[in-house]
Amino acid sequence: MTAFRMPSLGADMDKATLVEWLKQPGEAIKRGDIIAVVETVKGAIEIEAFEEGVLDRHAVTPGESVLVGTTLAFIRNENDEGTSTKAVVPPEDITPAINRKPETEKSGAIEMISSNASRTAHVVGERKVSPVARKRAAEAGVDIARISSGEDGIIGLAQVNAFIETGEAEQKERTLTQDAPPKTEKPSLNLDVMRKAIGDAMTKSKREVPHYYVASTINCTALKSWLEVQNAKRTVTERLLYVAPLIKAVARALKETPNLNGFFTEGAFHPSTRIHVGVAASLRGEGLIAPAIHDTDELGVDDCMKGLRDLVTRVRTGRIRGSELSNPTVTISILGEDTADSVTPVIYPPQVAIIGCGAIVQRPWVVAEGAVEPRQVMTVTVAADHRASDGRTAARFLRTLDKLLQAPEAL
Amino acid sequence: MSETRRITYRDAIREALSEALTKDERVFLMGEDVGRYGGAYACSKGLLEEFGEERIRDTPLSESGFTGAGIGAALAGMRPIIEVMTVNFSLLCLDQIVNNAATLRHMSGGQFSVPVVIRMATGAGRQLAAQHSHSLENWYAHVPGLRVLAPATVVDARGMLWSALECPDPVIIFEHAMLYNEEGDIASEGPWTADIDHAAVRRDGDDATLITYGGSLPKTLAAANSLAEDGISCDVIDLRSLRPLDRERIVASVVKTHRAVIVDEGWKTGSLAGEVSAQITESAFFDLDAPVERVCTAEAPIPYAQHLELAALPSEEKIVAAVRKALRI
Repeated sequence: MTAFRMPSLGADMDKATLVEWLKQPGEAIKRGDIIAVVETVKGAIEIEAFEEGVLDRHAVTPGESVLVGTTLAFIRNENDEGTSTKAVVPPEDITPAINRKPETEKSGAIEMISSNASRTAHVVGERKVSPVARKRAAEAGVDIARISSGEDGIIGLAQVNAFIETGEAEQKERTLTQDAPPKTEKPSLNLDVMRKAIGDAMTKSKREVPHYYVASTINCTALKSWLEVQNAKRTVTERLLYVAPLIKAVARALKETPNLNGFFTEGAFHPSTRIHVGVAASLRGEGLIAPAIHDTDELGVDDCMKGLRDLVTRVRTGRIRGSELSNPTVTISILGEDTADSVTPVIYPPQVAIIGCGAIVQRPWVVAEGAVEPRQVMTVTVAADHRASDGRTAARFLRTLDKLLQAPEAL
Repeated sequence: MSETRRITYRDAIREALSEALTKDERVFLMGEDVGRYGGAYACSKGLLEEFGEERIRDTPLSESGFTGAGIGAALAGMRPIIEVMTVNFSLLCLDQIVNNAATLRHMSGGQFSVPVVIRMATGAGRQLAAQHSHSLENWYAHVPGLRVLAPATVVDARGMLWSALECPDPVIIFEHAMLYNEEGDIASEGPWTADIDHAAVRRDGDDATLITYGGSLPKTLAAANSLAEDGISCDVIDLRSLRPLDRERIVASVVKTHRAVIVDEGWKTGSLAGEVSAQITESAFFDLDAPVERVCTAEAPIPYAQHLELAALPSEEKIVAAVRKALRI
């Protein structure tokens, strides 16, 4: 019997609310099956199984808000057939949800996702809350999970009172309880909460990550012409956006500069052999999300486009898979047409680089003969973590990217 | 405002004995060396001359014998006061106290009362080593049928004896040996009865509750004073009655301060501090901001060597450290 636990879907997530079960007790489960939908600050996320088995029973009911690492359900594996029905519930599972200590080593889900996730779960699991702190928070309508613990890792009365006194708490709770749409509707995003989540992640990034920035303006005329030719032959639904070859080119360039792809965790850089490019997408209204296109470097441009289209649709309707959110190894932020010339982005920890692409715009360009001609150009800025790489790495990445974009047909 | 006068804890006990002997002719004092010697701690000095051999009775060195005699006298309508030199020696009369004094009302269906008062010294601090220095108050506080008192102030020492004599059940009074020389103010004129049902709040504060009794009260108050200099204010509760415990007052204070530190000269394992801690957990769990702290005596027979004896006992420094721990500072 394995515990299926609430995965961490990013460094800024420590809890989520179960929205619905998509697998019922008795149903067979394959790796990758969507088991449940949970709501996080990033919206409704589908969470997947990472192992085979039969769903034995649910441990959490829809509507419950639980910490990362909490057991959501039990999955019966082949090797415990026969003894399955009298599965023993680990003792910590009868303790209040907030104190459950995730058993990282036993959790298939947590093992599979990126190292930042297990780190988050670890920290969350160690939080201790004093009884009166819990009571005070409940009286004030404050969610304990949002309170920072003291230096000793404990949330006491002092921490709760400090949180309440800042007034911050009150304001946030009001947004949650009064401005939130009625429960009967589909789970939707709370933008204030998301803004806070983005703020927390970016504050952490700017506080902890020594950023450096390297930028180049790349001639995209060849790319645009190639796209025109390609799209002339295609039906509307099959048409390519320049984003697809761009993401592919970024993935290939990253393969040659591995120090931009991976995670900085526990005081060290851990390069990733796989490349999952997270594509920053803005949501309706406001808010940002950067789900991954898995193994981007191995996909063709068409597959990239398909993946992108699928992601964008699901982001906008609020259905993203947990693994897509939790494990991008690098992020690309594309401003899109008719926006601005360049963007200097902020790294999403524990990733070590983010690539910011300005709009493709027509600008004067010095061509080989020394003449100046109009060209379609794009300014690409790499923000990278100095603990993992130096400016040279990013410059090499930009040179490679430039070269790749001059021959889009070869991507 | 009434006048006060300053006397020692020992004087207070002697005055209380004298008053009781004067007020009620059924009262008599019995124990080892209480007469000619004037009491092991000089509490009955001069009483033999004043009240005579009939009422101030020196006994053989047999705690079981004279305590049993006292219990018998109480059954027969007298109001005996038995003095046992130290709680260590009281183990020799534990059978009389636990099997007879504490049980007879219940076993006789309420037909018999045992209105005996047994006084004994307790506690360490005078280099009297392991056989004269222990704090076994909780052995008695464990037993239904007894009332157990621990006067920690001169006023309580003066008043509790008469209140104990008025109680129809056996009452054990623990006098901490280190308190006899403590001075305090009492009202110049009586009546000097004391409340033997409730704990007393000796100091008001908001940050933590210090719960103690008997000989540990002065150390606890000193710790509270020193913490106050750092802006930490403590409620100091003097239990006064160890059986029954004033659960209500303990809980009310902990609900206010959210942190509790219990100071008890008994050994921690199986201590009265453990019982107080359990009551707090039962009644105020959801108001706690930190685990209950206990400052008790090291789990060893009290050593003879002075530095070791001091190291074994609760101290102002240990109490301060425990409060800081509870406050996470």
